[in-house]
Amino acid sequence: MSNNLRFKTSKFIDETYRVSFKFNNKTYFGFKGDTLASALLANGIHLVGRSFKYHRPRGIMTSGSEEPNAIIQLHDNSSRTEPNVRATEVEIYEGLVASSQNCWPSVNFDIGGINNLLSPILPAGFYYKTFMWPASFWEKYEYFIRKSAGLGKSPKVADPDIYEHNYIHCDVLVIGAGISGIMAAKMAAKNGFKTLLVDEKSYLGGSSIYDNSEFSKINNQLTSSWLEKEINEISKLENLEIKIRTSVAAYHGYNFLLARESLTDHLPINQRDNKVRHRLLKIRAKKVITATGSIERPLIFDNNDRPGILLSSAIKKYIDLYGVACGENNVLFTNNDTAYETAMSLIQRGIKINAIIDNREQVDSKICYEVEKNNIKIYKGFSVVDTYGYRRINKISIMKLSKDGQTVIGDKTKLNCDCLGVSGGWTPAVHLFTQSGGKLKFREEDQVFIPDVYPSDQISVGSCNGDFGLDEIIKNTLSSLKKFLNIDNSEYKTLEIISGLNQSKRNIWLLPSDKTIGKTKSFVDYQNDATSKDIKLALREGFRSIEHVKRYTTTGMGTDQGKLGNMHALGIISETAGTKMGEHGTTTFRPPYTPLTFGTIVGRNVGEFFDIFRRTPIHDWHVKNNAEFENVGQWKRAWYYPKENENMHQAVQRESKAARDSAGILDASTLGKIDIQGTDASEFLNRVYTNAWSKLAVGKCRYGLMLNEDGMVYDDGVTTRLGENHYIMTTTTGGAANVLGKLEDYLQTEWPELDVYLSSVTDHYATISVCGPNSKKIVSKVIPDLDFSDENFPHMSFKNAKIGNIKCKVMRISFTGEQSYEINIQANFGKSVWEKCMDAGKDFNITPYGTETMHLLRAEKGFIIVGQDTDATLTPIDLQMDWIVSKKKYDFIGKRSLYRSDTIREDRKQLVGLLTENPEEVLEEGAQIVSDVKKSPIEMLGHVTSSYYSPNLKKSIALGVVKSGKNMLGQKLIIPMENKNINVIVADPVFFDKEGKRLNAKL
Amino acid sequence: MFLINCPFCGEREQSEFKAGGEAHIVRPKQPTELSDDEWAEYLFMRKNIKGVQFERWNHIHGCRKWFNMVRDTSNDQIKAVYKMGEKPPVK
Ligand SMILES: [Zn+2]
Repeated sequence: MSNNLRFKTSKFIDETYRVSFKFNNKTYFGFKGDTLASALLANGIHLVGRSFKYHRPRGIMTSGSEEPNAIIQLHDNSSRTEPNVRATEVEIYEGLVASSQNCWPSVNFDIGGINNLLSPILPAGFYYKTFMWPASFWEKYEYFIRKSAGLGKSPKVADPDIYEHNYIHCDVLVIGAGISGIMAAKMAAKNGFKTLLVDEKSYLGGSSIYDNSEFSKINNQLTSSWLEKEINEISKLENLEIKIRTSVAAYHGYNFLLARESLTDHLPINQRDNKVRHRLLKIRAKKVITATGSIERPLIFDNNDRPGILLSSAIKKYIDLYGVACGENNVLFTNNDTAYETAMSLIQRGIKINAIIDNREQVDSKICYEVEKNNIKIYKGFSVVDTYGYRRINKISIMKLSKDGQTVIGDKTKLNCDCLGVSGGWTPAVHLFTQSGGKLKFREEDQVFIPDVYPSDQISVGSCNGDFGLDEIIKNTLSSLKKFLNIDNSEYKTLEIISGLNQSKRNIWLLPSDKTIGKTKSFVDYQNDATSKDIKLALREGFRSIEHVKRYTTTGMGTDQGKLGNMHALGIISETAGTKMGEHGTTTFRPPYTPLTFGTIVGRNVGEFFDIFRRTPIHDWHVKNNAEFENVGQWKRAWYYPKENENMHQAVQRESKAARDSAGILDASTLGKIDIQGTDASEFLNRVYTNAWSKLAVGKCRYGLMLNEDGMVYDDGVTTRLGENHYIMTTTTGGAANVLGKLEDYLQTEWPELDVYLSSVTDHYATISVCGPNSKKIVSKVIPDLDFSDENFPHMSFKNAKIGNIKCKVMRISFTGEQSYEINIQANFGKSVWEKCMDAGKDFNITPYGTETMHLLRAEKGFIIVGQDTDATLTPIDLQMDWIVSKKKYDFIGKRSLYRSDTIREDRKQLVGLLTENPEEVLEEGAQIVSDVKKSPIEMLGHVTSSYYSPNLKKSIALGVVKSGKNMLGQKLIIPMENKNINVIVADPVFFDKEGKRLNAKL
Repeated sequence: MFLINCPFCGEREQSEFKAGGEAHIVRPKQPTELSDDEWAEYLFMRKNIKGVQFERWNHIHGCRKWFNMVRDTSNDQIKAVYKMGEKPPVK
């Protein structure tokens, strides 16, 4: 480690504020303002991780969100631990703890490095080719792959941080606060647009804010000084909101964008409690100005991935912004002018440049001459052909490029260096633009994709639009903003810009080597270890579409989504295949631009708010009385009420028996209830149910079955006629919302002439069902004023009544086969009426039962549950419910489908009862039903849909659907299980009280 | 996420709406007169085109009204919204 890597003259670093942090268990120091990457570099550390496939040593490569290598694990072993964090984006704070990932046992000695030696047998598609065959071996391979693969560790305990979501509406959103973004924000805000400016960094100004070059000036001021004044000015604008540390993750259609604002990640851990960590901003902007800048391209040559090899612009930023030298003996390797800016920054600080290797034969801009004047050796028309050094680069070899750039010629020269800056020109950051649906065009001169067709009210300015020179950037930003905002941009009338760079470039996607390609490792995707060789192999094997090549080689599929190398992959493909750039398409950039944590995505919807649930008005009573709950749709329903040491089976057997022996009570409040009114209400029911409704008398109830237009059973329930033009329909618990939606659909779109109004009243009522031979005695005590005699109040009828002063609706309907009364009362009285029923039933052993007992009791009666015994492939005829399908009605939903050639087939699956030969054997729901286990393949006839042990019949009962089941009564079938075959007899689905005597039984 | 101009409520987020398939498919008045093929045509056959499509939408978390929309499925541009029973204002 050397002490002269830090230049304490940067105004962005607070040298009075020393910060200590731990990296791989060693303590280091940096300053406030450092990123983890700049602090590590200042300590002479380049090697920070291992590559994914070959476990090659990798160093910090960039200075921003495009970083492919320096991805680390933050806060080891704490609840805040986070994998895949880019060291180039982490602002250091006192006590920061970070470590390398993807290496074991340590970053300096990594056992997986053996893959590097094995690389000749680890080509592209290796995993697909090898581990997929034979399929049965996958389990064995998987163990080893999982062990050695994977980046980082996920946290093992709950995230202690708070996250939230915010909606933002603005006239203009400016993404990126570089020089174009600052100008755009100022022009928009000053002209009356409500403007939001966001930038992912902790400071404003982009790369221009540390541009102190004498070669690019604005109004005869350094670019950095001029921009500082601009920033000062805009921070006072009322119309402008500025958010730093805010990264736009997604740009959707209609100018809807998602951004992550990071609020506490830069603070010491002990200052984060009770603060919001990230805010997910949901931005709807009328206009969007994208000023996301550009990303410098690496160069693709043999062994271009060693620690100490960085983008040339990153080296410049580490010097100018952080005051950190990446090396003491530098070589720059470029195909364009930008590396000379880096050279000037190095020269100004007195840092040694050993040489500049330039692909171009000619360099003739002012800045290049200035560099040459400083006695820097420039190798023109040369290329780097190899690099040396295991944990850090120490040497390179260079050769002369042939005229056509396809080969290298002459002697090999070796040069020493501890840092190599590479520059392959710039790639506009068009990720967000393409996410929004924008179409790109390819610009031949400098081989870049730039925005072409905008899908919404938006514009790209600055280098993300393909403008690279300062003069060009400013000129074009001004003119296109003027047009876009339809304004007079008088603020910037007199701008004189000097730019010392010219834009010449010698673009060679894959630089030639003196070795054959098979012997080289030229990385295109650093994170996923995809090389140029892999891409060529994919092409040889017949892949053509970029999307296929990408998946086969995994190029661009890392957490960095190939921000550095995607262009080279495209270039190599088109050169190899002899096609034009863009002809194979560009890869699709998908959100998020940079990864989001799960916490950010879910916001406050954690714990009990993760998935909303509904409680009945009687819920608290169930909780108090030890109920277990099950989720039904969004509802929490009482499932069973275990006593003392009862298990579920024991509780359900007891509840089921009590309900038939004396009395049971069920909270049925979750059933969907739809209030139907209007002069055409009866006609409407005629059309939506399979049976007839016109003749139902006021005060009577009827069971109805609803089909889809395809004839399949959709929902069922009892509907009661409350008045001449007034009904209340009940639906299944889970189906309530969909049924209402479906009915509304028909009313609004097919039958607008019907005078019918629907409203959901599910939540208005608590529904308490009291059943069993003693139910009448109990409800008579609760509602003493109502005449419960069978003459006055027969089965399938309804009465208005009062409990005290509170009105209620009582239906005598039954889903258990027992005499049964349903009290519907205003929801807030539900619990007290329930308690009244419990009181009144004390002498009759009234037993609360849950959904499981309800299911058992109805199965004894052969009543179906839509969604359990049916699955949208069964007609009422299949269910042996022909009796409910009206033959007289001209039409109802689904009628025509009941005699399509397919629905009248005799061999459809039909609902039957199943009795096991051994009455103690209970079948598994979902089990397959067959007739012959010897024939191979075994023909599947159907499956078990409901199965219980009936305490009232003292035997196992089941319902199932079986091909041609209707004609199989009494026949033996087989349920093959893992370790035995169970014999069953096909039976009538009604197992209990076939005549329905119990509905009116007198005790 | 689209912004949808509900003909009854005005501009709202797409998340308030539910798509309901192809528009202008009228339920036959006399289904029993139809052959299996004719009924199947009504029941099952729907267009799924890249380009201008006529669709039904429901403002399910708003006024709950159904309405029609003309949308270019290739770029999600909404060309028009109009009430049930009205003729499409664009082709
Ligand atoms: Zn609406």
